[in-house]
Amino acid sequence: MKARAFDYRSVASVPEALAAHAGCAGEARYLAGGQSLLPALNLRLDAPDLLIDIGRIEALRGIAREGRTLRIGALTRHAETLRSALVAEHAPMLTQAAAFMAHPAIRNLGTMGGSLSLSDPAAELPACMRALGAAFEITGHGGTRIVAADDFFLDLFENAIAPGELLCAIRVPLPEPGTRMRFEEIARRRGDYALVGLGAKLVLAGGTIVSARLGFCSVGPTPMRAPAAEAALTGRPLDAQAIAAARAALGDDLFPDEDDSLSAAARMHLARVLLGRVLAALSDAGAPAAIEGAAA
Amino acid sequence: MSAAADSPGRGRYIGHPLPRPGARRLLAGRGRYTDDVLLPRTLHAAFLRSPYAHARLGAADVSEAAAMPGVHRVLTGRDFVPICTPWVGTLSHFKGMRSAPQMPLPTEKVVWAGQPVVMVIAETRAEAEDALEAIGIEFEELEPVVDLDAARAPGAPRIDADAPDNVLFRTRIESGSTADAFAGAESVAVDLRFGRHTAVTMEPRAVLADFDPGEGRLTVYQSTQTPYQFQDLYARHFGLPEARVRVIAPDVGGSFGMKLHLYHEDMAVVGASLLLKRPVKFTADRLEAFASDIHARDHRVRARLALAPDGGLRAIEVDDVTGVGPFSAYPRTSAVEGNQVVRLIGAPYRLTDYRADLTVVAQNKVQMSQYRAVGHPIACAVTERLVDLAAQRLGLDPFEIRRRNYVTDAMYPHTTPSGYRFEKLSLGTCLSKLHDLMDYPALRAEQAALRGRGIHRGIGIATYVEITNPTPAFYGVGGAHISAQDGCVLKLTPAGEVQCAISVTEQGQGTEAIVGQIVAEGLGVDRDCVRVHTGDTETTPSGGATWACRGAGIGGETALQASRKLRTRILEIAAAILQAEAKSLDIRDGAVTDPDGTPRMTLRDVANLAYYRSDLLPPDVSPALTVAHHFAPRGYPFAFTNGIHGSLVEVDVETGLVTILRHWVVEDCGRIINPLLVDEQIRGGVVQGLGAAFFEECRYGETGQLLNGSMADYLVPMACEMPDIVIAHVETPTGDTELGAKGCGEAGTAAASGAALNAVNDALHPLGASLSQLPMTPERVLRALNVI
Repeated sequence: MKARAFDYRSVASVPEALAAHAGCAGEARYLAGGQSLLPALNLRLDAPDLLIDIGRIEALRGIAREGRTLRIGALTRHAETLRSALVAEHAPMLTQAAAFMAHPAIRNLGTMGGSLSLSDPAAELPACMRALGAAFEITGHGGTRIVAADDFFLDLFENAIAPGELLCAIRVPLPEPGTRMRFEEIARRRGDYALVGLGAKLVLAGGTIVSARLGFCSVGPTPMRAPAAEAALTGRPLDAQAIAAARAALGDDLFPDEDDSLSAAARMHLARVLLGRVLAALSDAGAPAAIEGAAA
Repeated sequence: MSAAADSPGRGRYIGHPLPRPGARRLLAGRGRYTDDVLLPRTLHAAFLRSPYAHARLGAADVSEAAAMPGVHRVLTGRDFVPICTPWVGTLSHFKGMRSAPQMPLPTEKVVWAGQPVVMVIAETRAEAEDALEAIGIEFEELEPVVDLDAARAPGAPRIDADAPDNVLFRTRIESGSTADAFAGAESVAVDLRFGRHTAVTMEPRAVLADFDPGEGRLTVYQSTQTPYQFQDLYARHFGLPEARVRVIAPDVGGSFGMKLHLYHEDMAVVGASLLLKRPVKFTADRLEAFASDIHARDHRVRARLALAPDGGLRAIEVDDVTGVGPFSAYPRTSAVEGNQVVRLIGAPYRLTDYRADLTVVAQNKVQMSQYRAVGHPIACAVTERLVDLAAQRLGLDPFEIRRRNYVTDAMYPHTTPSGYRFEKLSLGTCLSKLHDLMDYPALRAEQAALRGRGIHRGIGIATYVEITNPTPAFYGVGGAHISAQDGCVLKLTPAGEVQCAISVTEQGQGTEAIVGQIVAEGLGVDRDCVRVHTGDTETTPSGGATWACRGAGIGGETALQASRKLRTRILEIAAAILQAEAKSLDIRDGAVTDPDGTPRMTLRDVANLAYYRSDLLPPDVSPALTVAHHFAPRGYPFAFTNGIHGSLVEVDVETGLVTILRHWVVEDCGRIINPLLVDEQIRGGVVQGLGAAFFEECRYGETGQLLNGSMADYLVPMACEMPDIVIAHVETPTGDTELGAKGCGEAGTAAASGAALNAVNDALHPLGASLSQLPMTPERVLRALNVI
């Protein structure tokens, strides 16, 4: 398959990128790592008139701690996420998730901003961002606005980025004391889209769960929070009863669709199994596998 | 005399684990595949493919597409009618077989989703694809025939309106009386389903046809394993003199049987080159590969096994229904796989009675035909599942029931109830060797200990019998122009080096490497002095090429005998010069020597003399240093081989995921020419078998749409999920050739899925669950466990 003809422009700054987009009479797309966009072009599922290559914009790079936030540039490659000491210290869920993301060749090119802008509900990062309570810096002609991850993902491949806007950075709040987080997924082959994936972030105080955020991938049209399961956990010690309650409550949270590769019943079952395993790993019994969030 | 002259056993080269000489070139990116071939004025083809599995073709409006930039011609089915004769995928020895005639592009209706309908030929592939979007074509949808059982149901829509039903072929094999054997006997039964999968070669199909009207000469570069077969097909169906058709298979990136069938696109590209009188190229992309490469398997097999009162295995009854797509593949037919299934079932065992029914049905899916280990994995899984069930029924260990019931060493030559004749197998030896190799008692102990901790491991074994070195009994007797012999031309060059042109072909498995080893051994020269050339119908002798496991056994023997002939020639010339008796001379390390190894003259000296100073030779001594030799096996119709696999798996009963922990193979391919290449043939084959067991499946929707035709959705087995594969060898050379080699190409695939099926069922058995469908997906495991 060959892509339809398109124009290509490489830009050096965010304003230049926005101007190029605004100046395009037809359809324009920002090109970052190209790991989803280029296959879509070759499959002729998408046929823009202009590709704006943002891969050389320095301002979109870098991972830094800014106050109570870890700020991750949108052009951060998955391989950089995997290797980053700052990410490992402050958002280890992302380090764990990056290890599940495709294969090294793809991780060397694919970017965090690209994955989030695509908003594939089967991808790991969108689910993690909801679990982490992250927020996104979105820049357009009117300036930069901040959108919480919980408000960002609207529907299948749809999000809060307006046409022409650019996701520039991701802000991940630093974990408060007592935070435990973990990402795991179930896939038939290493590197595949997950049958189901889960990023979980719990805050424990005096042995009691005071906050629970669960972000699932591959179980709905967007990355899914699980409010009933989160409520079932909150206010209890992280023990077998809490885990059982959360697994039971998950039926009120997730309504996965049937698809030709996996039935809805099987997917729901796997989501429950995964929730149980992740919570068990985060509990004191699973301590070796649990990752305690660093105190600020 | 050199060691090789007495026996081709382990000598200087034969039997040694030598790396392939061609591997470095391919790894360095210097491979030259069909798509790499650049000819001046080449045009590129793209195909509009049917979105429907079954539809009547309406009017096609191609006027806009024909006027698009870069477009030279838009061809539809009618354009090929005057230049190409139809082909029909039947063989006369499959009595009563029928299949609809095929043409490059359809004129009346389409019969599978993905069938090429309109061909655009343009300056570039991108321009051709642009023009595809401008084609308007009407389809009148017809009810598709999708499901295997629905295709046979009374009143099912017929794919071929001229046929009475959707059955392409039926046969029954009967030996003894199974009715008597089953009467009052204990028996076990299976109902096994085998999903469709496909080859997924690294290099997709590619064809570049170049018709030169000046000479009336057609040259086709093609990614194929059988260039001589395509030379014949193009000559016959386009009415060209065979000597003016040249087919070249450059480097080929995998074929596995997929690249020996005729595809509509091949014929359309050749036809387009004839019509446009320019080179025309088509390279299938990955989506086209899924939608048009042959698929494999697709069987539902019901079988039962009768047990004798003493615990022996007595009789098997089989009903195999296989769905092969809308028509039978050409020129080898889509009946061969089923035919091999029903003939191989039960093969390793002493059975008194056997009956098998085969029904080959049409359906609106991609054509199904020969792929690596044709029929073997189905026959193996059915047989070995039945044997494991019998072992359970009788309270015997899987090793013990096999030991008691195999065909024994005293029985050879042995004829199976299905009519296959075995020269000599090594079933018992392989079984014992596997037992030791796996450390079976320790595995069972570990399994029991882990079971107590809620870890569910399974151990499975599966015996295979493999068909190799086929004679014309395979295809030739059915009227197919498919050669079972091979030819080799050997030349000593003026510099004393060796050029070998041979009709077996190379697709990455190392054919050229082993031929080089054999020639070097047979001649007594350094392997680096031997250059092997394959894959060109104009510069190599005609022969069978690569199919059904014949490269080493038939091609290798051809090369060995050719090297004997050239050796004789060299020694005759040397003897004349040295005034010695030819039979008192030898060739060692590239020099003619005395019997004690004292060098007398180098091969360069011999060649220099013959080519440049033939005046010094006596008048009755020919200076010829080029010899040709052809060889066809004439003893047993096939050289049957055997072996056994062991599989260790761990089933996660919560997720349904299976971890493949280890896999063992004990194989017997007769004389081993290069153990390194045999081992990697086995490993690659095992991975393909495990792919079928756990991952690979072409899934179709109710309307006959392929649902997972991409690398994201079709799961090929990948390194992370594959176990260590431990291999051991038993060597039982065939007496039909001097070399004694049999094939090993199917051995890995033949039994890997059967062993895995038995292993998973061994893990599930204590939980009261069983699986009878491949691939064994998490969904199917969870359903078997009644978890969902």
